[in-house]
Amino acid sequence: MTLDPRVPAGDLATKWTDHKFNMRLVNPNNKRKFEVIVVGSGLAGASAAATMGELGYKVKLFTFHDSPRRAHSIAAQGGINAAKNYQGDGDSVHRLFYDTVKGGDFRAREANVHRLAEVSVNIIDQMVAQGVPFAREYGGLLDNRSFGGAQVSRTFYARGQTGQQLLLGAYQQLSRQIGLGNVKLWNRIEMVDVVNIDGRCAGIVTRDLMTGEVRSHAAHAVVLATGGYGNAFYLSTNAMACNVTAAWRAHRRGAGFANPSYTQIHPTCIPQADEFQSKLTLMSESLRNDGRIWVPKDPDETRPAKDVPEDERDYYLERIYPSFGNRAPRDVSSRAAKRAVDAGQGVGPLKNGVYLDFADAIERLGLDTVWERYSNLFEMYERITGEDPREMPMRIYPASHYTMGGLWVDYELQTTIPGLFCAGEANFSDHGANRLGASALMQGLSDGYFVLPYTIAPYLSDLLNKPIPDESHDAFTAAEQEARDRYQGYIDIGGTKGPDHFHRKLGQIIWDYCGMDRTQVGLEKALAEIPALHAEFKKDLRVTGDGHSLNQTLEKAARVDDFFELGMLMCKDALVREESCGGHFRSEHQTDEGEALRNDDDFAHVTAWEWSGDPSNPIENREPLEYEVVKFATRSYK
Amino acid sequence: MSHTLTNITLKVWRQNGPEGQGRFETHQIPEISDEASFLEMLDILNERLIEEGQEAIVFDHDCREGICGTCSLMIDGQAHGPQKGTATCQLHMRTFDSGAEIVIEPWRATAFPIIKDLMVDRAPFDRIVEAGGFITAPTGGAPDANLIPIPKPVSDAAMDNAACIGCGACVAACPNGAASLFTSAKITHLNLLPQGQSERFKRTEAMVETMEEYFGSCTNHGECSSACPKEISIDSIAVMNTDYRKSKLKNRKSLSRK
Repeated sequence: MTLDPRVPAGDLATKWTDHKFNMRLVNPNNKRKFEVIVVGSGLAGASAAATMGELGYKVKLFTFHDSPRRAHSIAAQGGINAAKNYQGDGDSVHRLFYDTVKGGDFRAREANVHRLAEVSVNIIDQMVAQGVPFAREYGGLLDNRSFGGAQVSRTFYARGQTGQQLLLGAYQQLSRQIGLGNVKLWNRIEMVDVVNIDGRCAGIVTRDLMTGEVRSHAAHAVVLATGGYGNAFYLSTNAMACNVTAAWRAHRRGAGFANPSYTQIHPTCIPQADEFQSKLTLMSESLRNDGRIWVPKDPDETRPAKDVPEDERDYYLERIYPSFGNRAPRDVSSRAAKRAVDAGQGVGPLKNGVYLDFADAIERLGLDTVWERYSNLFEMYERITGEDPREMPMRIYPASHYTMGGLWVDYELQTTIPGLFCAGEANFSDHGANRLGASALMQGLSDGYFVLPYTIAPYLSDLLNKPIPDESHDAFTAAEQEARDRYQGYIDIGGTKGPDHFHRKLGQIIWDYCGMDRTQVGLEKALAEIPALHAEFKKDLRVTGDGHSLNQTLEKAARVDDFFELGMLMCKDALVREESCGGHFRSEHQTDEGEALRNDDDFAHVTAWEWSGDPSNPIENREPLEYEVVKFATRSYK
Repeated sequence: MSHTLTNITLKVWRQNGPEGQGRFETHQIPEISDEASFLEMLDILNERLIEEGQEAIVFDHDCREGICGTCSLMIDGQAHGPQKGTATCQLHMRTFDSGAEIVIEPWRATAFPIIKDLMVDRAPFDRIVEAGGFITAPTGGAPDANLIPIPKPVSDAAMDNAACIGCGACVAACPNGAASLFTSAKITHLNLLPQGQSERFKRTEAMVETMEEYFGSCTNHGECSSACPKEISIDSIAVMNTDYRKSKLKNRKSLSRK
């Protein structure tokens, strides 16, 4: 596997502009000759499909949901960053670029991040033109707020439903293209394989969730925008259907999988209430703008929060990180919460959370202002816990939320398989080892609106007027048969336990050994336990129903099977990365104060794994990271 | 503090496919924590059914945060169950008592045919949006976002309507199976904003007429708004009707010019 990032030469600040000029284009009249498949309808997929449809390409959009509007981008709460500097507080493209590289702990590709910061401003313009009702000041101009890891207010938001409003904007634009016939929608269809012919991606194999029908779709190029793999942990803030299957199947067909151990544990989620819990719910990081995080100093504290006197509280983030305080980056805040709970200072019935307290904010701003800012989050919290955050502090704890790792892509978002592109959370490209708040929405829309529609053109222009293999090609029929056999195989096992049973156990192993705190011993243990559990899965799985009609148990079984193999790769990646950086914290590599200790001499590279046929023995490849503009520095938020 | 509910009886609608004969199936839940969500109770039941060799009950769900709009269910005859402003996925068992008998059915509406068990097909909603639920703004040509100031009350009212999650509870709750609240929420969101003015009347006409191809007619019962998990106001239907009338007049004018 060769990892050529294909970063254009020239000044960082003008690379993207120059590259856009130098790239080969496809003549408007020729665009309709190209079929492009987009898998996934979240921010990246919907915006890419809509834009390519507008440009004139023939687009097929696949989603396993009933409607493109269900994609999990919809659940993002807090906001979207952009270097608009509308607040006049010193923001700039360069500052957003720098903050993102630093926030990612110097493990992202400089050129990609700079491009992201550049197009961030176009995203806001585009979304406002579509009618996204961002929050406004009384004068009618757009409002901003500040988010973790930044000292400027550059985050645009729509109440606590920013992801919903942005996704609906992209969905509406996509719907227009569907109505016009430029994009063909394939809903309730899951991608189950990628097919390569003569060294390029020739299309995909899909399974119709309603009928179980397996068939192929040929195309000139395929874009995967299939989201992250946070559900490997079983409990996460992801939606129930989020999975790694599309990316994993591409990986098994030759796409490099980069930095799988870079997972983000979000600091502010509602703690687990019981073992049967199906998912964790995030409380937007924006709450940290006004809420203060604390735990009682005394581990044996039993009084209700409001009765604990000021001097018996430990506002640990404000104490340890005075300059960023409650807005320290996610990885830093999460580990600090874990330390407090591990020290026995946890709060709540299971002592598994920390307080996020709004009492001071309510006193300072008045209840009305606080309510206006966070009402929907407060209500959501109350619905889940039965407690009113206006009366008693919220209880929060970190949970798996986002995955920075994903399919390796070059500057043009092309994977190691020519013709297979990857956008949004599914790729690894922009966030390094840790993503800053309000940057996921930015990256999804940047890839889909302003990067991919340009960078796919040079690849397609080579294929102009050349025939491409159709679905009758042997490679397609063979892949279809493989998929049919795979799905029938799950039914044929005839064991005793459903897929959730195994997923829960797998998630526990990954969370225990490859979660917030990783050690060599633990990772080696996980690498022994996961294959053993996988073997049990293959022997004892029970899938009821058949493969010819809607069967949610069967869908789940296939996704869990892929999580097993991914889980092994996550642990392997965490094991070989002998340093701590961002969301990857190896206990062996920390400072005396317990902060992450990077090793830039040996690990300033991307690890892209290559499928070897044996999930426990993948092949390691490296892309060195060279920094021309940013200088390595120890991240300090003190 | 959590408590355990005991002895819950579920009467669940089972149906093999769109053409299948439906029936109620009774299941006992001997014990469940009141911290469990309603759907977690169904998860637990499904795991038990699979272990007993039976097919799991099919139901639509995804984010479990009340935002994606995938979940549905008529619970004791109410769309999304008894708690106001709450989608099924956010409903918790603390809302119920020990010994309760709970009837669970799919959305009931001709426009939403049953796919299997509790899952229905809501595709007509997508058709309504495709007909005009957008502002035409192709990627690339947008002016600066702060070029047009929008008064905060206007923006807030647009947001109130844009909050619709497209779940279909409004249709399921309506005795006529009308989709007026869904359609009018989108129309109101876009028609209130300055960006939405150019296509205001074309949009309204196209969306309303597509809606009428699939759904029943509105007779102002107001059940839709009471069932809406986002509590969208029925006022939006008035906005839609006003704009629809205006659009018809405007189109007549443009016809006469020909």
